[in-house]
Amino acid sequence: MTSTNPNTGEIGSSRVKRGLAEMLKGGVIMDVVTAEQARIAEDAGAVAVMALERVPADIRAQGGVARMSDPDLIDQIISAVSIPVMAKARIGHFVEAQVLQALGVDYIDESEVLSPADYVNHIDKWEFTVPFVCGATNLGEALRRINEGAAMIRSKGEAGTGDVSEATKHIRKITSEINALKAMTKDELYVAAKELQAPYELVAEVAATGKLPVVLFTAGGVATPADAAMMMQLGADGVFVGSGIFKSGDPAKRAAAIVKATTMYDDPQTIAEVSRGLGEAMVGINVGDLPAPHRLAERGW
Amino acid sequence: MAASTPKVGVLALQGDFREHLAVLGELGAEAVPVRRPAELAEVQGLVIPGGESTVMDKLSRAFGLREPVQRAISAGLPVYGTCAGLIMLADRVLDAIDGQLTLGGLDVTVRRNAFGSQVDSFETDLPMPVLGDEPVHAVFIRAPIVEEVGAAATPIGTLADGRVVAVEQGNLLGTSFHPEVTGDYRFHDYFLQKVRAA
Repeated sequence: MTSTNPNTGEIGSSRVKRGLAEMLKGGVIMDVVTAEQARIAEDAGAVAVMALERVPADIRAQGGVARMSDPDLIDQIISAVSIPVMAKARIGHFVEAQVLQALGVDYIDESEVLSPADYVNHIDKWEFTVPFVCGATNLGEALRRINEGAAMIRSKGEAGTGDVSEATKHIRKITSEINALKAMTKDELYVAAKELQAPYELVAEVAATGKLPVVLFTAGGVATPADAAMMMQLGADGVFVGSGIFKSGDPAKRAAAIVKATTMYDDPQTIAEVSRGLGEAMVGINVGDLPAPHRLAERGW
Repeated sequence: MAASTPKVGVLALQGDFREHLAVLGELGAEAVPVRRPAELAEVQGLVIPGGESTVMDKLSRAFGLREPVQRAISAGLPVYGTCAGLIMLADRVLDAIDGQLTLGGLDVTVRRNAFGSQVDSFETDLPMPVLGDEPVHAVFIRAPIVEEVGAAATPIGTLADGRVVAVEQGNLLGTSFHPEVTGDYRFHDYFLQKVRAA
């Protein structure tokens, strides 16, 4: 929602909302569950932190309904760091989003990692001044979220597994669908819009520009510097690392290594250098061993 | 050495460097990303993009760019910083994290993230006499402001309330806002004039 601050100017515009994501590009956004972890992440070179009560691996292990974090925790993390702080609301839970906006978070992640609050509707994100990032497994889903006002997209992957295969699948799917649109004639785009279940105007825009109208990060299963660099080589603008850092043996060192590998994603020598002696990676779960009802990426519609 | 097609680098450690590369390219420069000292050595001007200053600081040290860039600035290399880039060019920073360093060069004190959280980010029109009569449409994203302008630097743009958001000092140029995202190329053109004259 766009409005005017008499002391400065127009706030909440698409340009301002999408603009913050532009500034995060080439960076690593890290999940943190305490102020102390947030400081470690900032010190390691995180471009932003995601404040939450449990990392996806624990949500997965402990089960139960996963909700927005306690406002006290979010306040503590906001005071602990100078970089942007993101927080998660449940899919469709517009009141959690209102609360997060009131707390002054810099970005809201309407996230499939939490238990959905609405199995039909996502949040009408145009109603907010704060920008939103949403997950997507394919281009149609990404464009539906952008149509609802998302200012940034992250491919979903399979959170909390440490298995990068789903992240690979989703970023490849999105980029290959974009490439397919680029090759289509105008009349074919109408059918493509129908098949993608996305608005024609957005489909035509992607076909013309060859990219999403918002920044595209990747998420879900990134656990090593090489994982992050692979996502960048596959066309991501940046990466989210969830459980991969603070579920590993030496979080500070691994976090700094992933940051460096994200910048030097096309330089195997540097990736090799930063990958040395990182200690134990998160143990992880193979996505193939997860029964379908426990796959978070299938949440969202 | 001035050339009509100058080779201009954009610090590509993190942030919106692709936008700067595109603008510089459209204005007729040979625009190249800079992540290594060898790449820096070949450019006649440098842009430090928007992004996170804490991250750029860490990565510029990790990849051995900090001292070469500082030497280049001292030697007169034209450098333009937007937002985080302005912070990197400032001699003094307020609200920095522990241990955060800047490259320095601009005799100013900059406050990071001076307007509040992202919900306070904004866009507005600013008069900018050095660029002509037409105002600049400026986008401020968790932007810094220049709290104090030292004797060597000159303010060239302010908000309506007088806060300084654009400064110049010889071959150095810094703005709190992001001309690279609005399609108004006049700031980059102004910077390229410095590069061509250097």
